Amino acid sequence: MRGIKKAWLGAVVLAFAVLSALILLRHSNFAVLNPQGPIGEQERHLFIIVTMLGLIVIIPVFALLFGFAWRYREGNTKAKYSPELGGSRVAETIWWLIPLAIISIVSVLTWQSSHDLDPFRKLASDKKPLTVQVVALQWKWLFIYPDQHIASVNALHFPEKTPVNFQITADAPMNSFWIPQLGGQIYAMAGMSTQLHLMADKTGNFTGSSANLSGKGFSDMRFVATASTQNDFDNWVQQVKRSPNQLTSDTYETLAQPRKGYPATYYASAQPSLYDDIIMKYMMPGMSHMHMEGME
Amino acid sequence: MNLFAGLLGRLNFDAFPHDIITGFGALSVVFGALTIAGLLTYTKRWTWLWKNWLTSLDPKKIGVMYIVIALVMLLRGFADALLMRTQQAVSVGSSHGILSSDHFQQIFSAHGTMMIFFVAMGLMFGLINLVLPLQIGARDVAFPFLNSVSFWLFAAGMVLVNLSLVIGGFSAAGWLAYPPLSELQFSPGVGVDYWIWSLQIAGVGSLLSGINFLVTILKMRAPGMTLMKMPMFVWSVLCSMSLVVFAFPILTATLAMLALDRSLGMHFFTSDTGGNPMMYINLIWAWGHPEVYILVLPAFGVYSEVVATFARKRLFGYTSMVWALIAITFLSFLVWLHHFFTMGAGANVNAFFGIMTGVIAIPTGVKIFNWLFTMFRGRILFATPMLWFIGFVVIFSIGGLAGVLMSVPAIDFQVHNSLFLVAHFHMMIVGGVVFGYLAGLTYWFPKIFGFTLNERLGKYAFWCWLVGFTTAFTPLYILGLMGATRRLDHYDASMGWQGLFIVAGIGVLILALGLSLQVAQFGVSIWQRKQNRDTTGDPWNGRTLEWSTASPAPAYNFAVIPTVTDRDPFWASKQAKKTTEKPHYTDIYLPKNTGMGIFIAGFAFLLGFAIIWHILWLGVIGLAGIIACVIIRTTSDEESEYLITAKEVAKIESEARA
Repeated sequence: MRGIKKAWLGAVVLAFAVLSALILLRHSNFAVLNPQGPIGEQERHLFIIVTMLGLIVIIPVFALLFGFAWRYREGNTKAKYSPELGGSRVAETIWWLIPLAIISIVSVLTWQSSHDLDPFRKLASDKKPLTVQVVALQWKWLFIYPDQHIASVNALHFPEKTPVNFQITADAPMNSFWIPQLGGQIYAMAGMSTQLHLMADKTGNFTGSSANLSGKGFSDMRFVATASTQNDFDNWVQQVKRSPNQLTSDTYETLAQPRKGYPATYYASAQPSLYDDIIMKYMMPGMSHMHMEGME
Repeated sequence: MNLFAGLLGRLNFDAFPHDIITGFGALSVVFGALTIAGLLTYTKRWTWLWKNWLTSLDPKKIGVMYIVIALVMLLRGFADALLMRTQQAVSVGSSHGILSSDHFQQIFSAHGTMMIFFVAMGLMFGLINLVLPLQIGARDVAFPFLNSVSFWLFAAGMVLVNLSLVIGGFSAAGWLAYPPLSELQFSPGVGVDYWIWSLQIAGVGSLLSGINFLVTILKMRAPGMTLMKMPMFVWSVLCSMSLVVFAFPILTATLAMLALDRSLGMHFFTSDTGGNPMMYINLIWAWGHPEVYILVLPAFGVYSEVVATFARKRLFGYTSMVWALIAITFLSFLVWLHHFFTMGAGANVNAFFGIMTGVIAIPTGVKIFNWLFTMFRGRILFATPMLWFIGFVVIFSIGGLAGVLMSVPAIDFQVHNSLFLVAHFHMMIVGGVVFGYLAGLTYWFPKIFGFTLNERLGKYAFWCWLVGFTTAFTPLYILGLMGATRRLDHYDASMGWQGLFIVAGIGVLILALGLSLQVAQFGVSIWQRKQNRDTTGDPWNGRTLEWSTASPAPAYNFAVIPTVTDRDPFWASKQAKKTTEKPHYTDIYLPKNTGMGIFIAGFAFLLGFAIIWHILWLGVIGLAGIIACVIIRTTSDEESEYLITAKEVAKIESEARA
């Protein structure tokens, strides 16, 4: 009967752990499970479906494990003992087939979702998308708005219910561009341009970060992504346009210097070719210091 | 080329640690080494150590040395874990914790490197050396000298990693040193070079071991042991070593290219001038994913032995188990891209690798069900190894579910590089690999040392590990879903993560208690070795050949090479209760000791050190030394084996059985 006492003790400890976890987490923001846009929402949905499918295997495994461990314990001489039982074709076939069936379902989900939620895929919407060019620097995020001709550092603004087309590169070690509440991440790599398409269903401030180690200042490489109404966004653009800062290849050189904890900064204008220039300097030997003037 | 100018290259006084925590780490390494040296001198054991251990070609002794290094490195890697947990629990908002960013990044890079290459690999090769020849009824491995070279190269790599703590500093670029961060432009110091050359040297050792054990299994099995009569541990090692042979050359080539970039200004993996960092990430995972299976397959083998022995029953579904292993072996080369779905490879490519990853869960699931049904209608004794098995099933299943989730690229986008991922792979590598090797260590310990480990302390340690591990890693799943990325040395208080980090820290303290209990377990067991003596050679009522010989196993393993007719040959012979006729002993030849393995690895160490610090003359000595040693050994006329006469065998046998 010691076993039963121990099991009770285990259950009490577990209950206590769950309870304290609930208390500890009552105000927390489960960003990934609390999405604020269609991409994050679909990814969360997928997360839950696949978890459920997995539990179809996990729950029987746990039941069998503890059931067999208890029933066939050494002290239980009433249980049947068949030391020469070495297999059963029927039983083994069953547990080749069950995981096969589940993984087949997961495979179909994988195939469909990989295409539906491909980060490079444009979002369907009747509103004209906003394009933002993202440059990961040491250790800050530069956002260029080519249609608005403005730029910002560590502060991203866009209107709600509008697809945002991100073009992403780096002028730094590899980073990963991630706004958990809007949807999945993608790498930011020097000399290359990746794409990500996200949308916010409502207004709000969402934390963004770099998910990939990129040197000393990477931990604080955070930014705030602000989704606002179209009106507020337009006002914000006008406000930025009154800023004294201009982003030219010279001011960019200064900005690109490694620095931790860069404050949010706004530029009234941004050199139109800047994003392409940043990518191109990795393509052209000897152009590593932004001497692009002769290129036009 | 003034790269190699100067007598000491770039080595100077700045290379030695300045701040308190690194200084303390460095001092503890130096102090530890001096203490061991002092003890050896005081007890006049240097000759004993040299003759009985360091120069030995007996795989059992080489195995013990692997395990000693692995356990010491486990404590070292665990100390890093403690520092990381402390930093993340306190470095919130205006506080920046106890470590600088650079130091924190060095610590997690060293933690990963040491735990994978010197703890998991060390435990694996250690156990294989101890058990594999015994299980196949062989007296030795196929290439005993090569085995010694492999071990010493592993040791040389380990010394280099630890030396970085005292001279220079380690890589801060993560345990896989992704470029361009690991390139000269962003990591100009010696850290990444230490990382490259310690892994390069240890990696060559691993490759040689892989070849050695592959040939041993294929050529040296006892008569009658067909492939389908091999113990499951042997099968798992066969699969794992095949992976070593195919995967480790990729690691060697990749590290070599990164080294060329760094030392000779080439551009394989730089962002500019035609280099391609994405190529490195593909290559390192083309090695790295098979590496995960290299580590876990032998652990699966251990579980198969343990569950059958302690359920006192045949392994369920032997043929299924073999095919599941083979399937995993093949599939492990088809999934590497799932480590970077977020690189933007495109939907078709991502979907293919995602599906292949899911497919690996099928044979793994089959193995779990077969283990569970080995317990069905058994008579289960809950000895410590069996507890590790049960803990493994619990943790590995949960970690595996997280793995299936991340195999779907669209889900992976949301948890990649987050603490969710960190929790997942720790559950696979600690719950799968480390639990397995700890089970194996307890299980086979009496065969090597002749006495069993203290069961009570072993069980306490297990419970601390299970509870501590769960407490340490469950919060990380939750943190990952809250958007916490891995490798953070600092975060804002507004994120609301601190409570969970503190809980994780408490988990690590419980784990520390478990580790202390294990240290105590070794101490107490050695102290009480007379009471715990295994006189039968078969303390667990075992099934396979290793239990048919005396404990500790004699140098020649088997006085008479057994003939095998059953999958569980020793169990079958015990069931048959045949009266054994008086054995007919013959002369046995065994390989003589040689220090050449140490010399070769010593020169390899010098070569690595020289390249790291750009000391040309030392590099030349290192390289020339290696070549000279190999030539001397291969052209030597000296007899490489010694004789144990039939009479001596008879004497040893009668004493061991007395």
